Parts: sequence; structure tokens; C-alpha cells
Amino acid sequence: METYTLIVLTLAATIRVATPLLLAALAGMFSERSGVVDLGLEGKMLGAAFASAAVSAVTGSAWAGLGAGVAAAVVLALLIAFATITHRGDQVVAAVAINIMVAGLGPTLALAWFNIGGQTPQLDLPGQRFLALVWPWEHVAREHPFPGLLYAELLSGHNLVVYFAAALVPFSAWVLYRTRFGLRLRAVGENPLAVDTAGISVAGLRYQAVVISGMLCGVAGTYLSTAASAGFTRDMTAGKGYLALAALIFGKWKPYPTLGACLLFAFTDALAVRLQGTPLPIVGVIPVQFILALPYVLTVLLLAGFVGKAVAPAAIGVPYSKEK
Amino acid sequence: MSAPRKLPRWAELGLLPLVNLLAALILSGVVVKILGESPWAACKLMLAGSLGTQDGIGYTLYYATNFMFTGLAVAVAYHAGLFNIGGEGQAYIGGLGSGLVALWLGDRAPFAVVLPCAILGSASFGAAWAFIPAWLQARRGSHIVITTIMFNFIGAALMTYLLVNVLIKPGQQSPETREFGAGAFMPLASDVLAKVGITFAATPLNFAFVLALLAAVLVWVLVWRTRWGYAIRVAGQNQSAAVYAGISPPRIIVQAMLLSGALAGCLGLNELLGAQHRILIDCPGGAGFVGIAVALMGRNHPVGIFLAAVLFGALAQGGSQLSFDMPKINRDMVVVIQGLVILFCGALENMFRVPLAAMLSPFAKKQKPAA
Repeated sequence: METYTLIVLTLAATIRVATPLLLAALAGMFSERSGVVDLGLEGKMLGAAFASAAVSAVTGSAWAGLGAGVAAAVVLALLIAFATITHRGDQVVAAVAINIMVAGLGPTLALAWFNIGGQTPQLDLPGQRFLALVWPWEHVAREHPFPGLLYAELLSGHNLVVYFAAALVPFSAWVLYRTRFGLRLRAVGENPLAVDTAGISVAGLRYQAVVISGMLCGVAGTYLSTAASAGFTRDMTAGKGYLALAALIFGKWKPYPTLGACLLFAFTDALAVRLQGTPLPIVGVIPVQFILALPYVLTVLLLAGFVGKAVAPAAIGVPYSKEK
Repeated sequence: MSAPRKLPRWAELGLLPLVNLLAALILSGVVVKILGESPWAACKLMLAGSLGTQDGIGYTLYYATNFMFTGLAVAVAYHAGLFNIGGEGQAYIGGLGSGLVALWLGDRAPFAVVLPCAILGSASFGAAWAFIPAWLQARRGSHIVITTIMFNFIGAALMTYLLVNVLIKPGQQSPETREFGAGAFMPLASDVLAKVGITFAATPLNFAFVLALLAAVLVWVLVWRTRWGYAIRVAGQNQSAAVYAGISPPRIIVQAMLLSGALAGCLGLNELLGAQHRILIDCPGGAGFVGIAVALMGRNHPVGIFLAAVLFGALAQGGSQLSFDMPKINRDMVVVIQGLVILFCGALENMFRVPLAAMLSPFAKKQKPAA
């Protein structure tokens, strides 16, 4: 029973860790499928985490915070789009610029506005955060550990953003594979010239894709600062944007495999927390750092073609110009 | 959406970077204004704090040494057509290399023996960390931007593991090694200058600054004055032309990345042997990413990189001065400026090119009318 509870709790932690990864990875999917490299996930999430926590602290409303987070991430996304689509600047450079700028801007603005060392105030009033929703008969279910605990821990007890992220996977798949927009989006990432020849604006489509990416990063960042924790702290994304990018690559730029990759990476993270210092049979104590580095190692192996093959959208990273 | 027009050489190398820098600084000023401080006062404080005193100059050049190594690393990869975003990880692992040499030899050998070994250690460790992404790019076609990012994280995890579990000084809380032996201390500028009768403020500026200058000269000679450098630049510009000329792009990719990683790895000579005198967590402190800004701003040329590194060194030093004197501003403001410089000098470099070209066209030689 003890082991069973432990496994269920680890899986519940996996869901919580996977949520921002999944939102960011799906954000990256829209952008990268349109041919725009999305290294800026990290910066957009961080910007949204700051904006949502700041607005939520001031207004007392998590929903206002969400609005601000999405708005901030979209503004950053538009900045990237302006540089890379309108001015055909290097997509990697633009994203690196945004990531670095936001890493500085969050703590700078937080210090000037709230004056508590580069953080936003603690969000402890009701309504300032997205709190866990408890499903009906959750207490009854807990009395019957199997399968009640699964219901209580895995289905119930998460906040709204988690359910939103889960619903987003089939929705993204539908948009990408079953709508006209999705077809055009995939086409512009593979062969923008063909899309242009068909009389559809390459720049317009890519702007739309980048804005969608910004919106989803906004939700992901809001989750970090107003749902998973209670306020913005310096560098609170801590590489999650890059991890999401790795998950997107690991999921071969497809919605369901990306979900799988996010869950796998989140599981390694949850496992690392659980296993801290616990000896395992045969191998003994595995250093936490090795487990934490596993997603990155797996992604490198995949990119190298040693485990499967990840084929990126053909036109990714290449600014489109009509003249050539 | 017209194609970037050609600028005259002086404008391309001098005017355009200055205009871009100015735009970044103006926007930074706007941010300072939003924070509720005076941009002018901030600017004056930063200038005075970085270049106004001996102390400031020493710290500025000390920071600039780190940025020169990482900036040169980005530039060498750039000439081979590669974006090495992994300077941070290569510098970290390179730091491990120099640090291990310093721990091993510092107590038992004079500096003259330690120095070449430490250079070898940092360069080889940095190069080794760049080798795997390079090889994967060359032979398996894995995108080097992604793999070098992944290697930054893998490197950070490895270093945390080593410092927490293996290299930590016994009986100590913070994950740091013991202090190096005195033989592994880089001579400080203040001490060296005192010997020739010049008094200079005590700052961490050390002999590694000279090494960074030598590295810049070495890069210039290698990239612009040797067959190998020519091969790098051809492969970077046009892979099929390179193949046609008998150059093997995969080989060039690996060689260029080895040099790039080695240069980034040398950061440890300044940061660890010159200043910290021990290996500690996150010793590059973001210098790997500043290197991207430095290379972009310096147009990937050693002279430009030197100037840009000094500029960013002054920003880093002036920024800490600023955070002392203006309570509403902290050191993170410098990071904002760095980001804006990358944005304007890198991603938005075409924005001012077209209007500048239009402005300068009356002075340019008559060109054939466009067909």
C-alpha cells in the first residue's frame, strides 16, 4: 500500500510539473510548425510569470493576472515576430535577446514597483491564485484507496490551468490536422514558396502562429507564478522553456507525442525529487543531477538519430523573402 | 520588405553597429525612466563607475577578459556558419579543466609551470565539451543550436554533481573546492605594475587579460591569414562551394567548434585562477551568453570584439555602481541592456540598414540601376 500511495503521489506531481511544459511545448509547436524557431519560450514564460504575478498582486484577481500574463507574452512574441518576420533577422538571435532581456527586466521592474528584492509580493489572498479544484465525492473516494486515490489525486485536485492544458492537446491536434488554418500552417513551415504562390501571406500566417505561441506561453507563465507558486521570483522558469523545446523535439513536433514527452520529462523531475538520497536496488543511490539531466541527454540522443529520428519542419529558421 | 541593401564598408563596420547600439541605449534609458530614475544621471553614474576611476577601469577590464574569451568563441563558430550558443557550458567545463590543474599543481609547482598546464586544461576541457555537439552536427546532422543548449544544461548538472559530491572541500557547506595553491594564482595587474613603480588600484584585473588579447590576435591570424581560416570562411559561406574547392565541411565544423570551445573554456583562467582561486557553482555567471552580444556587436572581428567586450565590461561594472547609488535599480538592469543590445545589433540589424543605405546613397558611387 505504501508503494502504491507513493506511486500515485509521484504521478500527481508529474501532472503538475508537466502542465507548464506542455503549454510551452504546444506553444512552440505552433511557432515551429510555421517555420519560426521558438527558442524564446523561456523568455515569454518568464515575462508572463512576472506580469501575471504583479497584476494579480495589485488587483487581487488571478484572472486579471492571466490577462496580463498573456498580454505580456504576446507583446514579446510580437517583438520576435517583428524582428524575424518583418525584418528577417536571425530567429535564434532574436529569441536569445528576448530571453536575456526578460531575465533582467522582471527583477528590475519588481524591485522598482514592489521594493522587495526583485520579487513580487506573496499572493496569499483568496482569488489571487488559481487554486486546486476538488471534484465531487473526493473524500469518499479517498476511503477506498484503489481506485479512489487515483480519482482523488490524478483527476481531482488540480487547478483550472492543468485541465486547460490537458484539453489543449486534442484541440491543437484538431487545429493542426483538421482545419484549413492548420494545413496552411504546416505548409508554410515546409514550403513557404508554395504557400506564397497560392496567394496566401507567408508573413501573415507566421505572425498568427507566433502570436498563438505567445498566448500559450502566457498561460504557462501565469501557471508558474500564480498557480504552482505564490508570486514571481528571479529566474523562476529555470530552463523550463528549453526543456519544453526539448519535449517538442522529442515529440517530433506532433501534439500527442509531445504530450508523451512532457509527461516523461515531468516524471523524471518528480522522480528525482522523490528519490533524493534513496538507495535503489542494484544501482544504489542515483545522483539527482543525473536524473535531472536525463531529458537533455535523451533529446541529444534523439537528435543524433540514435533513438528514432526527429525531422524538423523543412523551412524552420529560414527567413522568407519573396525575391529569392 | 525589400532586401537588405549594401552599405559602404565603413558604415557597415562602424556606423551601423553604433546606430544599433544607440537605439539599444535609448530604449534602456526609457526603461530607467519608467523605473523612476533619471537616464542622464544613470548614464553619468555608470560612466564614472566604470571608466572614471582606476578601480572602475580594473574591474571593467577584468569583466571584459571573460567576455573576450566567450565573444571570440562565438565569432570563430560564426565564421564556420555555426551558432555556438553553448559558450556558457563550455566555459563552465573549461573552468573545471583549469581548476583541476590548479588544484593539482598549485601547491607544488611555480606559476611558470602551472600556467601552460592550466591553459591546456581549460582549452582541452572546453573543446571536449564542444566536440560532441560539433560531431553530431557534422556527422549526424543534429542542429547545433539545440544540442549546444542541451549541453549547457547537461554541463551544469555535471558540475553541480561534481562540486556537491566529489570536489567539495570536506567539512564545508557551500559547494566549492578548497582554495588553489599560491602557484596557481594569476599575477594581478596591481602587483605587476607595482614592480615597475606604477601604483594601480587593487582589482581582480590579472594576467589573463593579456592572454585574452593574445587569443584575439591568434584568432585574427588563424581566421584571416591561414589556409585553415580560409577553409572555415568558405565552408561557413557556402558548403557546396567548399566541397567543390576540396574542403570537407564536416571536418571544418568539428575543427572550428573545437577552437570555439577551447576559447570559451579559457574563461576559467581569468575567473578562477585570476579572481576566485577555487572552483565554484555557476562560475561563468552568464558570460557565455554575453559572448553572443559581444560577437554580434563586434561584427565577429577580433578588434570589434575587444571594443565590445570592454563596452560590456564597463556595463557590468557601471551596473554594480549604479545599484549602489540608485536604490530603485539593481544589477539586473545591466542584463536588460545586454538583451536590448543583442536585439538591436543582432535580430534587428536590418531595421536601420535600409534607411541608412538610402541616406548614404547620394554619397556612394553610382551603381547600375536595378533591373
